[in-house]
Amino acid sequence: MNSTLARLVVKRLGSGALTLLIVSLVVFTITALLPGDAAQALLGQEATPETVAALRAQFGLDQPAYFRYFQWLGGLLIGDPGTSLANGMAVADLIGGRLPNTLKLAAIAALVAVPLALTIGILSAMFRGSLFDRTMNTAAVAAVSVPEFLIASLAVLLFAVHLQWLPALSHVSEINSFSDFLRAYTMPVLTLCCGLVAQMARMTRAAVIDQLSSPYVEMAMLKGARPIRVVLTHALPNAVGPIANAVALSLSYLLGGVIIVESIFHYPGIATLMLDAVATRDMPLVQACAMLFCLGYMMLVLVADVSAIVSNPRLRK
Amino acid sequence: MNQIVKVSGLRVAARNAQGDDVTIVHGADFALEKGEVLALIGESGSGKTTIALSLLGYARKGCHIVGGSVQIGDVDVLKLSPEALARLRGRTVSYIAQSAAAAFNPSKTIMDQVIESALIHKTMSRREAEAKAVGLFRELALPDPEGIGSRYPHQVSGGQLQRLMAAMALITDPALVVLDEPTTALDVTTQIEVLLAFKKVVRERGTTAVYVSHDLAVVAQMADRIVVLQNGQIQEVGRTEQILSAPTHPYTRSLLAAMDPAARTASAGRTAQERDDVILSVRDLEVRFGNGKAGGGKVVLQDINLDIRRGATVGVIGESGSGKTTLARAIAGMVAPSAGQVLLDGKALSPTLEGRTRDEFRRVQYVFQNADTALNPQHTIEAILSRPLKFYHGMSGERRKKRVAELLELVRLPTSIAKRRPGELSGGQKQRINLARALAAEPELLLCDEVTSALDTVVGAAILELMAELRRELNVSYMFISHDLGTVRSICDEIVVLYAGRKVEVRQREAQNAPPFHPYSHLLGTSIPLLRPGWLEEVTGHTAVALPSLAAGLGSQPGLCPFIDRCPQRVDGLCNTTPPPLRQLDGGGSILCHRSEEELVRAQGALKLVTGEAA
Repeated sequence: MNSTLARLVVKRLGSGALTLLIVSLVVFTITALLPGDAAQALLGQEATPETVAALRAQFGLDQPAYFRYFQWLGGLLIGDPGTSLANGMAVADLIGGRLPNTLKLAAIAALVAVPLALTIGILSAMFRGSLFDRTMNTAAVAAVSVPEFLIASLAVLLFAVHLQWLPALSHVSEINSFSDFLRAYTMPVLTLCCGLVAQMARMTRAAVIDQLSSPYVEMAMLKGARPIRVVLTHALPNAVGPIANAVALSLSYLLGGVIIVESIFHYPGIATLMLDAVATRDMPLVQACAMLFCLGYMMLVLVADVSAIVSNPRLRK
Repeated sequence: MNQIVKVSGLRVAARNAQGDDVTIVHGADFALEKGEVLALIGESGSGKTTIALSLLGYARKGCHIVGGSVQIGDVDVLKLSPEALARLRGRTVSYIAQSAAAAFNPSKTIMDQVIESALIHKTMSRREAEAKAVGLFRELALPDPEGIGSRYPHQVSGGQLQRLMAAMALITDPALVVLDEPTTALDVTTQIEVLLAFKKVVRERGTTAVYVSHDLAVVAQMADRIVVLQNGQIQEVGRTEQILSAPTHPYTRSLLAAMDPAARTASAGRTAQERDDVILSVRDLEVRFGNGKAGGGKVVLQDINLDIRRGATVGVIGESGSGKTTLARAIAGMVAPSAGQVLLDGKALSPTLEGRTRDEFRRVQYVFQNADTALNPQHTIEAILSRPLKFYHGMSGERRKKRVAELLELVRLPTSIAKRRPGELSGGQKQRINLARALAAEPELLLCDEVTSALDTVVGAAILELMAELRRELNVSYMFISHDLGTVRSICDEIVVLYAGRKVEVRQREAQNAPPFHPYSHLLGTSIPLLRPGWLEEVTGHTAVALPSLAAGLGSQPGLCPFIDRCPQRVDGLCNTTPPPLRQLDGGGSILCHRSEEELVRAQGALKLVTGEAA
C-alpha cells in the first residue's frame, strides 16, 4: 500500500529468513547433542552393537553431522522436511495431520483471551486505582506467577475429579455437538488463557494509561467528551501500536504454553507430536516442529509491527 | 453591566509529595464583561493556567478546586455534576492549549478534531459543522481552507496548528474562550501571524476571552484588561494601558523592567587590542544529517564562517530548525561536520570528540539549555562541580572543596547549597550551577545554548546580568545561541543571523539597530512585540504585504538565497537564478543578499525598529 510498509515487510522477511537459518543451525546442533539416537531408541537396550550400527547406516546417521545438516536444510528449502525415523512416514504428513488441531486450540484461546484482555486492560486504565483495577492487578500477578502445569492440574482436580463435570482428557476426535466441543476444549483453553489474559491486560492497561496522560486527551475532555469517548476515539487509536505488540508477544507465549497443555490433556496437536518425537529421538520431526514454532513467532511479530504502522498516520505516509 | 464571567474567592490546592494539600491559588476574584479580553499574566508557578482551567471546572492531576465560585452566565461551574460539566466544556467555554502539536491527536484528521465538540454537543450536523470549519479556516487565514481539514496534524506547521486549534475552540460559538499561552511555543515571525489571526477573529466575532501569558508585550496586543499574578495571588488588576504605563504594584514594575533589554547593555565594552585576538574560528563549515558524508543527506549548515575574539560575545540567532544548536554542537565536536573546520587559536580541532585532547575540551565548554536534564538529579551540587575539577585539574580533598565554594560564590550562590541536590533548587539556581560547572574547567570559550529560554523573564534577566559580569571578571568568550533577538542584542558584541543553515547576516553591536538589514533579520526584528498596545495593528501592513511574484519552474539550484520564499524584496530573474553575494557593509558586518546597501536602507528606513526604548 505504500513504500514504508513495503520496505518494512521486505526487510523483515529478509531478516526472518536469516533468523530461521540461524535457528535451524541451533536446533540441529542441540538435537545432535541429545544423548542416544533413533537407532538406539528404536531397538531398545537389548540390541547388539552390530544391529544398531546397521540401522544407523540405514538412517544415514553414520554420515558426518555437517553433511546431514545440509541434506536436511536442502530438503527444507524444497519443502521436504524428510521422513520420520520412528515410523517411516513423511514428516510433512505427520505434521499436516496434527497442525490443524494445534492451530484450532491456539485460535480458540486467542479468540477468548484477546477481547477479554483488552476489555479488562481498558477498564482498569479508565478506573485506575479503583477496586476493580486493584483486584485485576492482583489477579493478573497471581495468574502470571502460577505455572501452566499447576493450573492444568488444579483444573483437572476440580472439574474432572472433584466436580466430575469434564473429562480429564481432551477427546477431539469425538466431537458431535456443541456440548462435546465444550467438554473437549474448556480446560485446555482455560489453562492457556490464564497467563495470556493477565499479560495482555497488564500491557494494554499500561499503553492506555500512557495515552490518557497526554495533552490531547486533556484537550478532548475540555471539549466535553465523555470518558468512554475519550478512551475509545482518542486514546485507543494511539495505543494500537503498543497493544498489538503486547498481543503478539503474549500469543507467542501461547506457542510455549500449548506444549504443556497438549501433553497434560493428551490433546492430539503438534506439541504432543514433538514430545513423542523427542522421546524416540526422531530428529527430523523434532527439527521440523521447532522450525514451525519459530516461524509462527516471527509471523506474529511481523503482523504486530504492520498493524502498528497502519494505525499511525505519521508512519503510514 | 453585562458581566458574563465572575470568579470569586477561587482557591485551588495541590497535593505535594508528602500527601499534604498546599494552596496554589489563594482566593482569586475577577470578572469579565461580554466581548472583553482579559489577560492573566505571571511567571511559572503563578497559578495563571490553574485559574484558567478552573473556568472549565477542570483541575489537572494532583490539583483540586477547594473553594470559591466560578459564575458563567447564571451557573456556578464549580457546583456542576460531571455530566453537566461535560455539557459546558467545549460548548459554553472552550480551551486553546499552549502546544497545539501536543493537543492535537496524532492519529485523527484535523477536521474530525475541529468539529468534534460540535458533534459531541449536537449543535449542528456534521455537514454544517464542516462547512463552518472551512469558513473559520478562511477567517484565520489558513492556506487551502477546503483541503487542510483532511490532513493529519503532523502534516501542517506549528503556527497553522495553533490557528486550527482556534477554529476548534470557536466551532460551537462558545460564550467564553480560554487561550493558554497560545503563541509561546512559536517562533516570533510565526507568532505575529497567529496573533493577527486571533485578534481578527476575536474582534469580528466579539468573543469574550481569557488570555493566559507570561509575555507582557503579547498581552499588550491582545487584552483589554490585565490581571497580574504572583504565587497564586492577584497583585494588580487594571486596564492594559494603565498596567503598562503606570503600574502600581512593585511586582508589575519588576516584570516591566525585566522586559527592557536596554538595561544590560552597559556591561559590554572591550579594548581595541582585543579585537584581533581571535580564539575560535569556523571555516566553511558544512554539516549534513543522515546519509553519510559524500554529498548525501540533508544539509543542516552550509558555508559557515565566523570568528570569536577573546573576551567577546557572539550571538547566534535564528528560528527553530535554522541550525544554531547544530553549529554549537559541531564546534564542541559532538557533531562531525561534512566539510570545513573549526580552529582553536589557529590550530584545527578534530571533527569528533575522539580526536580532541583533554586540554582542548577544557578550553571550550558547553552550557546546555535545560539545567533540569543536564544536571544529574542523584548527585549533590558538590559532586557535580567536583567532577570537572578532578577531570581537568586533578584537584582533590580540601583544595577541591575550596574551589567548589569559590565557584558557587562566582555564580552568586551561597556555599551551603553544595550539599543539596538539583531537585531542591529553583530554575534560576539550577542554571547558575549549570554555568558554574562549565566554569569549573576554566574555559576560554563558553557555548551557551538557549540558557535563558526555559527561565522566567526576571530570572533570565538575572542570569544574563551574571554572565556579563563573569565575562568582565574572567575574560571568557561566549557564543550565545538564542531565538530571542532582544536577549542577544542586550549582551552581544556581534550578532550572527542563521536562516535555514546559512549565515545571512553578521552585524556589529554598534550598528545593531540601524538599517540595512538582511530582509530576514528585518522581519525578525520587526516581529518582536512591543510593550505598546496597538503595535500589532501597525505592523499588519508589513507582514501581510504581497510578495513580488517569481517566474515559476526555475527549479532550486544549490546556493540560492534560502529566504527567497518569504522575502518581500526578492527580485525575479536574479534571486531565483543566481546565488546571492556576501556583501561587506560599510559599517562592518556583512549581508547575504542581492540587494545593495542603498536599496535595503530605502526599503527598511520607513519601518520603526524594535529597540530598548520599548516601554
